[in-house]
Amino acid sequence: MSDFAIKFENISKQYQLGSIGTGTLSHDLKRWWTIHVRGQEDPYLKIGQVNEQSDKSSDGIVWALRDINLEVKDGEVLGIIGKNGAGKSTLLKILSRVTTPTTGRITARGRIASLLEVGTGFHPEMTGRENIFMNGSIMGMTKAEIRSKFDEIVDFAGVAKYIDTPVKRYSSGMTVRLGFAIAAHLEPEILVVDEVLAVGDAEFQKKAIGKMQDVSQSGGRTVLFVSHNMNAVRTLCSKGIVLKSGQVIFEGNTDDAINQYINVNTLQTAEIINSISYLNHEIKIDSVTINGASSNYLHLDGDSTNLQVVIEGSVATEKVLTLEVEIFDVNNNRVAFYGPGMVNGILKRYSPGRFVVNEKILIPRNLAGGIYSLDINLTHPYVAYYMKASRCVQMEYIGYQFASGHNDYKLRGYYILDSAE
Amino acid sequence: MTDRKKETELLIEPHGKLIYLNFGEIWRYKDLLEMYIKRDIVTFYKQTILGPIWFFIQPIFTTIVFMFVFGGLAKIPTDGIPQPLFYLAGITLWNYFSESLTKTSDTFLTNQAIFGKVYFPRLIAPLSVTITGLIKMMIQFLVFVIVYIYFVAKGTHVGLNIYALLFPVLIFILASLTLGFGIIISSLTTKYRDLKFLITFAIQLWMYATPVIYPLSVMSGSKKYMWLIQANPLTSVMETFKYGFLGQGTFSWLALGYSFLFSVIILLVGIIIFNRVERSFMDVI
Repeated sequence: MSDFAIKFENISKQYQLGSIGTGTLSHDLKRWWTIHVRGQEDPYLKIGQVNEQSDKSSDGIVWALRDINLEVKDGEVLGIIGKNGAGKSTLLKILSRVTTPTTGRITARGRIASLLEVGTGFHPEMTGRENIFMNGSIMGMTKAEIRSKFDEIVDFAGVAKYIDTPVKRYSSGMTVRLGFAIAAHLEPEILVVDEVLAVGDAEFQKKAIGKMQDVSQSGGRTVLFVSHNMNAVRTLCSKGIVLKSGQVIFEGNTDDAINQYINVNTLQTAEIINSISYLNHEIKIDSVTINGASSNYLHLDGDSTNLQVVIEGSVATEKVLTLEVEIFDVNNNRVAFYGPGMVNGILKRYSPGRFVVNEKILIPRNLAGGIYSLDINLTHPYVAYYMKASRCVQMEYIGYQFASGHNDYKLRGYYILDSAE
Repeated sequence: MTDRKKETELLIEPHGKLIYLNFGEIWRYKDLLEMYIKRDIVTFYKQTILGPIWFFIQPIFTTIVFMFVFGGLAKIPTDGIPQPLFYLAGITLWNYFSESLTKTSDTFLTNQAIFGKVYFPRLIAPLSVTITGLIKMMIQFLVFVIVYIYFVAKGTHVGLNIYALLFPVLIFILASLTLGFGIIISSLTTKYRDLKFLITFAIQLWMYATPVIYPLSVMSGSKKYMWLIQANPLTSVMETFKYGFLGQGTFSWLALGYSFLFSVIILLVGIIIFNRVERSFMDVI
């Protein structure tokens, strides 16, 4: 006998695009006619297309999820990643019974509580104390359960002083903390969490992640976790799936899922030049290449290597142009900066007509391996930016090789320090 | 696998049963129902100076205005009942009906934020509105009782009789009608907003088709509109109340039976429609 906690079978969800109202009555009547009078299948179930948000849909019907088959084991912490619109939230909404699937079936064993957004149902006029009871009951706790956890909740949220003050006087941070505290003290067998960690200050985020770890490790509870914060997914989850356009494209261990997700995202727009935005109309870029390639995906083998950035274009009037390259990690933290104009005061003047900026950047061997994204800018330092290309390249850097041969993407800090001896 | 987990095995499927009223589930969420009611009553007078007194002010002033306009200017008879008692009786019952109906018919729209985030039996929301309204009505009924006692002390003949015991039945009919109509309208407005506009003035017009400001006996002369007033399930509720407490009015078991049956059917139809809509309303609202 399998010990699954949740089983998704052929789950699909269809949405109608456009405004609902005009035309819905006729759709409804047509659907009713074909199903009930003529005894046929729902005519609107057959059409529809994969949810690719950038494309224009012809028939106004779209599949937010398509044939999801998935088994989540008891006590597993499953991370669900994917870019916006991939169907993550829809999946959680179906599971938490906010909406129903169009087809398919979910079997869940145990009480499900969802943390889709904290502070749901807070009434601004009621005090913190009243809201704890209100919110707790909405989440399915009984009064007795809430009473027994009341002190813990207040303590965790750190709002003891304000507990008899109406919530409308709370700061937004306090409201969120109180909301999370209530939700975190629920004791369901299955916990559904959607992007709650995006709120609160750093200290609270740490506390929240710690609490979630406790929940999943000690309680043996099943957690479904959606986040764009890859570090949180990496720390919390024992397994990951990647959703793309409503379909599961990867299922496996967390690290592989994250890499898969990053690669999928990278291969979206193919050329660096497509992500350029001009801040001055007197400049035009014809080509941007890194190490000879114009695609926005870059793989750097081995440690200590170079980035040759070549930008060709034309300027209408004389300009001072210097190259800036900024390097970010997958969580959007700024890791490194290259800018000889600003740093060393090297300013190159280009006269009207064609220009070529060609510079070689050294990526040091002690930069940790991982996936980074680059910003490329042309600027006259402290005067003006002429062109920016934000996150225009995904750079996969193999990086510093450990003696064991490892160079995995688990960030052990941005820099690996060498011994001084 | 523990037994508890097996017990709570949950199936999520596209379509539910036609009439699916899980009393067990609603019972499990009774604390939430209680919290909802408490919230509505407490927040009603938060940050006001007069506080709960507001519950009384409204029926009293409406009665005074009615006495002036309908009793004084329009000279509509009250079947010999003292005007304050006559209007208070009508207003107490009518206010409950119209207020609760307006609020329950907004269930999905006002709760859409919360319904979109967590699951709980959706029926809790309109049910709590109906019960909150009931509590408010009982408070306002106190005003009626006080005025009643005043007239009795003054020696006015008010004719309280055995039919006053039907009061709980009247409340049941009223509550079922508001809940039933309310959830039907709220279910339909999720998709077709037109009804929202209709309901506000429909309730206003409905009051004139109900013996609130006039006794049924006045209308018995006009054959043209009598059928409409008799088809109105609220008519017998109003008349029975006045008959039981004030000794005047028209009472018939047939009319009351009709209202009772009508309210039960509306409630059932309401639950069927509500169940169909609650599962998928998030996609269309």
